[in-house]
Amino acid sequence: MTAPHDWTRLSAAQMAAAMKAGEVTSVELTQAHLDRIGAVDGDVHAFLHLNTEGALATAREVDEARAAGEDLPPLAGVPIAIKDILVTRGMPTTAGSRILEGWEPPYDATVTRKIREARMPILGKTNMDEFAMGSSTEHSGFGPTHNPWDLDRIPGGSGGGSAASIAAWEAPLAIGSDTGGSIRQPASVTGTVGVKPTYGGVSRYGAIALASSLDQLGPCARTVEDAAMLHEVMGGHDPMDATSLNEPVPGCVEAARQGREGDLAGVRVGVIKELSGEGYQAGVEQRFEEGLDKLRALGAEVVEVSCPSFEYALAAYYLILPSEASSNLAKFDSVRFGMRVEKGTIERTMGATRAEGFGDEVKRRIILGTYALSAGYYDAYYGSAQKVRTLIQRDFAAAFEKADVLVSPTTPTTPFKLGERIDDPLAMYLNDVATIPANLAGIPGMSLPSGVAPEDGLPAGFQILAPAHEDARLYRIGAALEKALAEDWGGPLAALAPELEVS
Amino acid sequence: MTALTYEQAMEQFDPVFGIEVHVELNTATKMFCGCANEFGAEPNTQVCPVCLGLPGSMPVTNEKAVESAIRLGLSLGCQIRESSRFARKNYFYPDLAKDYQISQYDEPTCFEGSLDVVLDDGTVVTIGIERAHIEEDAGKNTHVGGTGGIQGASHSLVDYNRGGVPLVEIVTKPITGAGARTAEVARAYVATIRDIVKALGISDGRMEQGSVRADVNLSLRVKAGPGEDQNSVPFGKRSETKNVNSLRAIERSIHHEASRQAGLLLAGEPVVQETRHWHEDTGSTTPGRSKEEAEDYRYFPEPDLLPVEPSREWVEELRGTLPEHPAKMRARLKEDWGFSDLEMRDAVNADALDLIASTVAAGATPQAARKWWMGELARTANDRDVAMRDLPVTPEHVAELQGLVDEGRINDKLARQVLEGVLAGEGSPAEVVAARGLEVVSDDSALEKAVDEALAAQPDVLEKIQSGKVQAAGAIVGAVMKATRGQADAGRVREIILQRAGVEG
Repeated sequence: MTAPHDWTRLSAAQMAAAMKAGEVTSVELTQAHLDRIGAVDGDVHAFLHLNTEGALATAREVDEARAAGEDLPPLAGVPIAIKDILVTRGMPTTAGSRILEGWEPPYDATVTRKIREARMPILGKTNMDEFAMGSSTEHSGFGPTHNPWDLDRIPGGSGGGSAASIAAWEAPLAIGSDTGGSIRQPASVTGTVGVKPTYGGVSRYGAIALASSLDQLGPCARTVEDAAMLHEVMGGHDPMDATSLNEPVPGCVEAARQGREGDLAGVRVGVIKELSGEGYQAGVEQRFEEGLDKLRALGAEVVEVSCPSFEYALAAYYLILPSEASSNLAKFDSVRFGMRVEKGTIERTMGATRAEGFGDEVKRRIILGTYALSAGYYDAYYGSAQKVRTLIQRDFAAAFEKADVLVSPTTPTTPFKLGERIDDPLAMYLNDVATIPANLAGIPGMSLPSGVAPEDGLPAGFQILAPAHEDARLYRIGAALEKALAEDWGGPLAALAPELEVS
Repeated sequence: MTALTYEQAMEQFDPVFGIEVHVELNTATKMFCGCANEFGAEPNTQVCPVCLGLPGSMPVTNEKAVESAIRLGLSLGCQIRESSRFARKNYFYPDLAKDYQISQYDEPTCFEGSLDVVLDDGTVVTIGIERAHIEEDAGKNTHVGGTGGIQGASHSLVDYNRGGVPLVEIVTKPITGAGARTAEVARAYVATIRDIVKALGISDGRMEQGSVRADVNLSLRVKAGPGEDQNSVPFGKRSETKNVNSLRAIERSIHHEASRQAGLLLAGEPVVQETRHWHEDTGSTTPGRSKEEAEDYRYFPEPDLLPVEPSREWVEELRGTLPEHPAKMRARLKEDWGFSDLEMRDAVNADALDLIASTVAAGATPQAARKWWMGELARTANDRDVAMRDLPVTPEHVAELQGLVDEGRINDKLARQVLEGVLAGEGSPAEVVAARGLEVVSDDSALEKAVDEALAAQPDVLEKIQSGKVQAAGAIVGAVMKATRGQADAGRVREIILQRAGVEG
């Protein structure tokens, strides 16, 4: 453990309590995180943009308000990192793409606005695979992020920057976006917690769209409770997002509190048969089994469920996502914003800009999607993929008849080496096999650390899935499991990571 | 290839046509965002992240536009789908902010309707309606340098004010059997659509501003031989003439296309399936995109929007708000007003029915209202190259003007001067009369004085009248009118002259 004066090592909940108790100011907290970023981000590269002045200004305002006795929101003064997929007025937003380099959005995303209203200092924007296409951040237009557990390894993706910033103690909380696992897979490989809420639970307004029917914003944190607190800040109906659910924000914090009481009697936990076996690393499966033992010990009943259509999930996902993405990314045409490579005519200018501005993975998926939507192919590709989506929803519905939550390892392996799969898109895509079904069905999912794999000492993740609208269940089960595991570890898993060199 | 007239073409071929009409709705805000939906603002002042297609922005459906579309669909006898989806039509173009247009594809909100259209001679033609779907408009490109066209321009400017304005596109089924009356039927159909949207109050219906615009599809097939069923003859290849924006242009474009296609067919040359551009100045069309070059729009359901799911109760409620069908309304007005077929047709073609109706409502007789709008005001609008409704004169002004004439306060000649004053922005007719001092001189003593002066100046006239040459009074009337600057009542002047001469008129 580090000295107690290192404020970055607290949970967000602890930071909020410490400020309330007058033990620390938001300016001190924010500065501590900015210092940490300055010390380690040269190696980690979690951030694309730092909002130093803005963050300190918010912190000062919070401190003044607190001194004046004002009522403040629960996370007021707790700093946060935002994935560069969310538009932020006054800060550049690139979505990890060169095509948007230097663009400053004239408006705030709904979640950005909510973060500001929650009075949380925004430390900066975090790195990501270009337009959230990837599982390693190696497809960022601005260079990869490195896993704080081992700088030669991937931090996951697309939200590798957000997860790494938390694992590296650069931020206690971060915003992520999850289209096929981009919050949960990075959480898994960095030993942190990440949640994809029910589709529509958090407004997508101002989140640069990858695949509109799959995208969902969610919290990244080091503890389940912290994730719950951030989830409640982010969630809720938004008239600017037609797909946003018109229902109250789930009681995540209360559910997490309940979970920590440690009684899971009567809870049925379904293990998804199809998400194990071939391709799954032994140590990952071992930690997953230990997690199940913990749940049993807390009184839960563990049953096996089968989701036979999951076999087709990856194929369906890689038709639906590129199809929607090919349309969503059309607007990057050089006319109104972003990069422009001038050629003689508008057609050639559009073509040249997109050729230069987009990376290979983005081009690969635009080509795939354009093809899949073409006349004569639509039914065979996009149409069939939508049918698979329905089958997967049915599989989930049947499984949730037998179990209250479903579980699996979040990823088949611990983090692989940077460069290892960059030239093998299929191997890269397989990394998301366990996370994708939740996006296709619109249900909520959480990844929390299950421990480090004995064979490589790297973190593994435990995924919990709940029926749509039942996000609170994730927090109850997750908090119960986290508490049981943390007792063995002596604190959050992230604290077991090797210390980074400080410059 | 010899040029054929439309009539010659119709003698040899059977035309099949279809029309797509785009109606711009007059909702307060745009289709998917809160920006003002107004024509004529400074470029790019009515825009926001949504209609500019900025990264991260999302559309939200304008319920009022959906309501307008459903009311229009009901007026066209359409069925209203219980659940209809928006779809993305993908193509790259600078005026299309997102590089896809949100439209409807396989699930339009309104489908399967029919509309009765009444021709000038009272013939009723039933037009099958395939669908009426909701979509958003694109922005507007302006090409700078060169001739204003895209060829030779140095650069182009884009105004996104129109981007995202709500549209309903009405698509007919193929219309057969109109024969030589095809152009007339097409014009009457579009005029009826225009009148319906105006009566519904969902659009200003102004074709000259693009609020109602039409694409006309036309193909020719050989005429069936004796005893042969024309419907068994397959359709020919069609052309689609885009953006035909006046009733007259619709007739002209059909005349042109039918003649052109007939000429090709008679010369043994194929008609190419393509879009064509209409040129108002030359009254002709030129080729646009051919079928081979046609874009693949890659339609798919818009994932950012929920389906449109109007409740049956709401649809029935909206059905209760529908106004009288324009054909019925026209028949009623024609009878009420006592107009001839010709008078009625001219008023319809000039889009003046509502102007006349408002003028009548303000107190003028139908014939007087017609006389002003179809006469002096139509000429003025034509001279100024504006629509009549854009002239700075209201139906209330016209009724007031006629009232002044009827009261004898001004005569017809003065009335035209008063109208000039109204058109020049000098105020209402009564105000112009007062300000310009145009009132008829009805004070007999003033007239008597003027008559006496005129008689004194032409002493032989009195004698001529007394000797039976009553028409000689005309010279004195003329002199009096001149002296009073036209403000005298000529009839009264004549009476006074005859009194002076001691003869009864």
